Amino acid sequence: MSQHLAQAEAPGGRAPRALRLAERLRALIGADRVLTDPAQVRTYECDGLATFRVRPAVVVLAGSRDDVVETVRMCAREGVPFVARGSGTGLSGGAMPVADGVLIVLSRLREIVSVDPDNARVVAEPGVVNLWVTREAAPYGQAYAPDPSSQQVCSIGGNVAENAGGAHCLKYGFTVNHVTGAEVVLPDGEVVHLGGTAPEHPGLDLLGAFVGSEGTLGVATRVTVRTIQAPETVRTMLVGFRSVADAAGTVSDTIAAGILPAAIEMMDALAIEAAEAAVRCGYPDGAVAVLVIELDGPRSEVDEQFRQVEEIAGGRGAFETRIARDDAERALMWRGRKSAFAAVGRISPAYYVQDGVIPRTRLPEVLAAIGRLADDAGVRVANVFHAGDGNLHPLILFDDTVPGAAGKAEELGFAILDLCVDLGGSITGEHGVGVEKRSRMARQFTEADLDTMQLVRCAFDPAGLANPGKLFPTPRLCGERPGARTARDAHDPALGEVF
Amino acid sequence: MASARGGARDAVGGVVPAEVVAPATAEEVAEVLRSTGGSVVPVGAGTKTGWAARPASCDVLLRTTGLDRIVAHEPGDLVVVAEAGVTLRALQRRLAGHGQMLALDPPEEGATLGGIVGANASGPRRLRYGTVRDLLIGVAVVRADGTLARSGGKVVKNVAGYDLGKLYTGAHGGLGVVVSTVWRLHPLPRAAGAVSLPVTDPAQAGRLAGLVARSALTPTAVELRFAPGGGELVLLFESIEASVRAQSAQARALLGGGSELPTVPGWFGRRPEGPLVLRLAYEPAALAAVLAALPEGASGTASACTGVAYAAVDAGTDLGALRAALAPYDGSAVVLAAPEPLDAAAHWGPVADSFGLMTRVKDQFDPARRLSPGRLLGGL
Repeated sequence: MSQHLAQAEAPGGRAPRALRLAERLRALIGADRVLTDPAQVRTYECDGLATFRVRPAVVVLAGSRDDVVETVRMCAREGVPFVARGSGTGLSGGAMPVADGVLIVLSRLREIVSVDPDNARVVAEPGVVNLWVTREAAPYGQAYAPDPSSQQVCSIGGNVAENAGGAHCLKYGFTVNHVTGAEVVLPDGEVVHLGGTAPEHPGLDLLGAFVGSEGTLGVATRVTVRTIQAPETVRTMLVGFRSVADAAGTVSDTIAAGILPAAIEMMDALAIEAAEAAVRCGYPDGAVAVLVIELDGPRSEVDEQFRQVEEIAGGRGAFETRIARDDAERALMWRGRKSAFAAVGRISPAYYVQDGVIPRTRLPEVLAAIGRLADDAGVRVANVFHAGDGNLHPLILFDDTVPGAAGKAEELGFAILDLCVDLGGSITGEHGVGVEKRSRMARQFTEADLDTMQLVRCAFDPAGLANPGKLFPTPRLCGERPGARTARDAHDPALGEVF
Repeated sequence: MASARGGARDAVGGVVPAEVVAPATAEEVAEVLRSTGGSVVPVGAGTKTGWAARPASCDVLLRTTGLDRIVAHEPGDLVVVAEAGVTLRALQRRLAGHGQMLALDPPEEGATLGGIVGANASGPRRLRYGTVRDLLIGVAVVRADGTLARSGGKVVKNVAGYDLGKLYTGAHGGLGVVVSTVWRLHPLPRAAGAVSLPVTDPAQAGRLAGLVARSALTPTAVELRFAPGGGELVLLFESIEASVRAQSAQARALLGGGSELPTVPGWFGRRPEGPLVLRLAYEPAALAAVLAALPEGASGTASACTGVAYAAVDAGTDLGALRAALAPYDGSAVVLAAPEPLDAAAHWGPVADSFGLMTRVKDQFDPARRLSPGRLLGGL
């Protein structure tokens, strides 16, 4: 990471073009909304991935949708790059600023425009916090399903950019499955409406391409999400195991029994130790792995399937099974899991988290392989993950005061991602590619795959001004037409190996 | 590769192709695209060719039915990889042996996976499981220039790169030829049961659907059959036996009546037939208003609670007036079948403010506009 940090730092000079633009923006949207003072803009130099920092030339604290439109238009006219930022909780550097560009902060656009329980829709500005949507919908017996662990702070706009997931996306899907419409300022300043309140619209599904595009296709200024009816009942259990294989086996057996839990989360011994030290969640003593399993739905279905899962866990050697009797107990079970990242900070000076995905049936072998890689590198790794969908979050512990330790942690993280790709998985399940993993895109996709994605980028943003330097391993000018590549040129020769 | 001169039976939207080809591999698809500079219209089994506007031209009709291998099924991962020409029926048969299914239920007999993606076809169970965009986790296409390109992958949770599967869904082959697909699967439900209730008018249908939508019941589908003389509302429950029974009883209490059926009635999930058949989409709670806006004599089915309906209307229906009446509900009416092939404006209705962007996407993928030319919204 240290080497990336060096690369990402701003070149010495201040960007004159961006600063001139700042003057005109001050006149247009108000002097108090446009920051250029180095001490002030420093607050925004990184997102949740603090090892990548760039001080932006200009920060715009957008106070209205029009501020966003005006800023993007001016950037387009002047050819100045811009980056949109929500709450800045992203873990892949997706909101890392551009040194000679404008950072558009959207966190002041926090109005919930409408709540329509009969149509199960909420319209929100991009700075609205994820959890607020559920809070607004709750009086109507509804909820917003995507629940990233940062849901108390992360923004809807950021969720749309990253296609945020969360523990409950095993059953309910990701942000893209719950967004029906967005008002978007395209990188040339044009405002378009993608999707809407109806479930589908004639023409290409541009909204589907926009969600998860990591800020590279434009800025959402208004988002329409679908809410779900809150389930009749929710039941949660915490199960302790003496081996990771038993915990993983319980996950597989549950799925094989035709049960789709709302969430299945796993933590290994080191992650349990950290959580215990931090929040005293009272996880079973001596557990090498714990599972938090939650089922929700109609009582008649949940009660029977919950019993079945208990039996399955018992058959896989669970030595302690606790069932939450009320909301307070459920909250405690989740607290250990949801605070795991922060908790790891207490047992290590620094840590680095990865987000790889594997087919869930490969869990035991992958964990063993991660253990071997960690041992070889002489680094400790705590594992916390969404076991139901094979989304790993290895937390790589290191001491950032030791020279070279950060680089070693990053190397190990990338080795784990390579392992995920080799097993047919993905380098990112929910954190996004951002600036951090863009070099790994070429490991997961062929050049032709990436060129094809760039076609979309060129349609939305031919000048390449929106969040440049993210997602793609190498930039491409939109005028270029790459030479035709054929099925034979792709590195998987037979169609059977296309996937 | 199988190749033949096109005949009347191969016509798409009344346009007879000069040549019909049936490649069996992605490489052969790429060869077709590289060897001709003319227009190419990709189709699967051809069960939904009326769902897009008539092509501006069709030099080559490219049938993907030869790409018919189920490549890999990982039951433990609930994922299947299948080529575009595999029929949904064949896939479901294979998956059922493992107690699994692809949770898509469009009724067109013989439809292929590629055709279902291209037409974005769905059925009643979209209420529970969503549509193609929610279940397609990976896709491979051959682009107009012969390039093979993938997006997504073989795991459900995956945010690496743009999710191009969403763009290809409903694109009727206009951005590329889908050659392979990867799907998220679901377990086959253990038990099923339905509750049926007669309905007399749109207002009542809307009210009942609203009650169900706002309840904690979890039906896999809520289907309404509507016709001039009245109709029927059917709630389908699929779960474990105990839950099907309990929810059926709760549903009858909620609706204030209804009878329990062991299985769904024959009309369930079928598309209406008629001279002019429309696919309607609108805000879910607007069901009553949408039904009331349909011309006299309209009949069909609505996936109530989702905001999608299929209606057979009189051939002389004023589509412009109907679309205007649906507009307050973010509504649209797209033609699925018509007595005579229609141009894009009549087929799809008006374009939105994103049309310029849509045009730029099309032109990036297919700069010569030779893939399904004229078939898409706005004549793209």
